[in-house]
Amino acid sequence: MTPRTPRAKATSASAQPSYDTESATLLPTATPIQLVDAEGNPSTAETGNLPLPDDAALVRAHELMVMGRRFNDQAGALVRQGRLAVYPSSHGQEACQVAAAMVLGDQDWLFPTYRDTVAAVSMGVDPVQILLLLAGDWHAGYDPYEFRCAPTATPLATQLVHAAGLAYAAKVKGEDKVVVAMCGDGATSEGDFHEALNFAAVFKCPVIFLIQNNEFAISVPLSRQTAAPSLAAKGVGYGMPGKRVDGNDVAALLAVMGEAADRARRGDGPTLIEAHTYRMQAHTNADDATRYRTAEEVEPWVARDPITRSEAHLRSRGLLDDAAVADLKQRAEEMAAEMRLGIGKDRDLDPAELFEHVFAKPTPQLLEQRAQLLDELAREEATK
Amino acid sequence: MTPMPSAGTPSPRVEKITVMQALNRAMRDAMTQDENVHILGEDVGTLGGVFRVTDGLTKEFGERCFDTPLAESGIMGFAIGMAMGGLRPIVEMQFDAFAYPAFEQIASHVAKVRNRTKGQVSLPMVIRIPYGGGIGGVEHHCDSSESYYTHTPGLTVVAPSNPADAYHLLRAAIASPDPVIVMEPKRLYWSKAEVDLSRPRPGIGKAAIVRDGTDATIVTYGQSVPVALEAAEVAKREGRDLQVVDLRTLVPFDDATVMSAVASTGRVVVVAEAQGFSSFASEVAARVGERCFHSLAAPVRRVTGFDIPYPPPKLEKHHLPTVDRILDAVDSLQWEDQ
Ligand SMILES: Cc1ncc(C[n+]2csc(CCOP(=O)(O)OP(=O)(O)O)c2C)c(N)n1
Repeated sequence: MTPRTPRAKATSASAQPSYDTESATLLPTATPIQLVDAEGNPSTAETGNLPLPDDAALVRAHELMVMGRRFNDQAGALVRQGRLAVYPSSHGQEACQVAAAMVLGDQDWLFPTYRDTVAAVSMGVDPVQILLLLAGDWHAGYDPYEFRCAPTATPLATQLVHAAGLAYAAKVKGEDKVVVAMCGDGATSEGDFHEALNFAAVFKCPVIFLIQNNEFAISVPLSRQTAAPSLAAKGVGYGMPGKRVDGNDVAALLAVMGEAADRARRGDGPTLIEAHTYRMQAHTNADDATRYRTAEEVEPWVARDPITRSEAHLRSRGLLDDAAVADLKQRAEEMAAEMRLGIGKDRDLDPAELFEHVFAKPTPQLLEQRAQLLDELAREEATK
Repeated sequence: MTPMPSAGTPSPRVEKITVMQALNRAMRDAMTQDENVHILGEDVGTLGGVFRVTDGLTKEFGERCFDTPLAESGIMGFAIGMAMGGLRPIVEMQFDAFAYPAFEQIASHVAKVRNRTKGQVSLPMVIRIPYGGGIGGVEHHCDSSESYYTHTPGLTVVAPSNPADAYHLLRAAIASPDPVIVMEPKRLYWSKAEVDLSRPRPGIGKAAIVRDGTDATIVTYGQSVPVALEAAEVAKREGRDLQVVDLRTLVPFDDATVMSAVASTGRVVVVAEAQGFSSFASEVAARVGERCFHSLAAPVRRVTGFDIPYPPPKLEKHHLPTVDRILDAVDSLQWEDQ
């Protein structure tokens, strides 16, 4: 077998961008890119010269957001019923969630965090399967290869490096693959955020880093994470474009993410996108947000809700009517019912499986330990 | 555990090669056979690694043996993604103590991805770590860090002590569907032996009795093996016949070979360079105690490094297990009760 000549090439020293010409083009816009304003009208703010996505995409995004909101609400309810241990909701961030999934095609991959379950569901992951982690059944509930969606990552920013590595593999294998890697504003302080962006840029990996800046990392505000003028401004430090976008404007997100995906597909490398949004609810149901922010701080963001905005926009353009809204609501209710049914029932868990997947083949030591546990269970059963 | 892969194009011949050359050959043969095998690390490209273990591989395979930015966590996480994407990455960590920044990626992901996904995602990757002291290295260049990895479920850990094992265990590691940590005996990189690489060796998970003896068993691995063998030579002159077990693989542990060896002598000394408290040597001692109590004539002894940070070069000789210290431990195995 003759080894394939890999296409990956580190940028050589001579290819360093010239400071004056290149660095300016990598910097984000002064204000976030917005295509549709909070009332659903065409934006008069910075548009980054990007056109509005086509009608079908906007309708599809709206549908996914409505489903996503229902998913968030239902998951929250399942926590209150004691069916889920905890749920980090993306309520208010649904535009980011669905845009991340929508720019990806049949070959492409998503690397989500614990807060990005709606993005994963938008990739096609089963709404029940994705909650099995939080239901306490197993650490992940779906097949990552089936949906091209990595397990939702908990250790902050660690998944960003995996995303860059998978994108690199695709590149050297000559596969047409784009990867979206998601993280929060707090995670940008982690070393792995830096290492991921640096690797991705040096090896020109086809990856998009999407930061959902929801202004909080549990209780800690953005001002404690960075003194940078914006998170997107960090892109220039790695030699990749940084983009600021209104994270509650799904049209702008689709446009900006789409542009970044095209760039990645062309072989021009990664993009850093900072989506300005807001965490409308507490970090999780276990968190008490009144300890670190007031209702007055949250209030203005209610009017910027991504779904009300999208609905107003689509209605004003005749792309959505009462019948379609009712139909969508019906579909969302059906999904919620499925979630209640799937998560609400007790599932059989096999304790022997604890030893099954540690290695491809259990070691003699694990077989001994499995036998011990099964023996304990058999004796327990016998005394019942 | 893993079936032994056959060497690239085996032409049976005996040659004298170093551990370093054996490792290099293993990677070269694997890369020739499988285009998905890629090497990444710091200075592994043009330079061939600070120890030259990857010498010539970039010349032969181009960017398949490539230098990365200086960031160990990044290297490890990148390799995870590469493995998820269908490649078989081999990561070189420059030195034992410089692998610590990668520990989160190793402990939280490398070791757990298969289990997390119920086997749907496996990570066929190799992590090569030059470990141990006795080379006059300054701080951060001499740690015996194996116990961090052996303590982490999901990691296979091998520790070769000679060129033949270095070759075959690394080939087996590359062929494994699971992540494998290869603890490379830094001090033995330049040590030579006559080998015929086309001859198969026991695979991962098999210990070897490298010296037969009837009076006591020394259980050891990696770069402590030659020290143990030398101790056995000296003991022979003093009238004691020591058996030496080279573990070769730390995880999965070869209980069967170790326990039958111990049962045959009834006396055990476990030897390793790593600080002894809470260490892999302690695990071996505990297992022997639990499983062989009735064949033991004396308590299990450990000869390990002291429980101190690795000493400066001029003092390291006091820290490392020596022939004398091993023989002192052997002497203490309650021979008077015989
Ligand atoms: C390495 C690591 N440290 C700490 C935590 C605990 N933790 C979970 S979420 C979180 C806040 C993260 O904030 P951000 O990145 O802004 O994302 P958000 O939760 O707001 O979506 C923290 C500290 C963790 N999961 N991983």
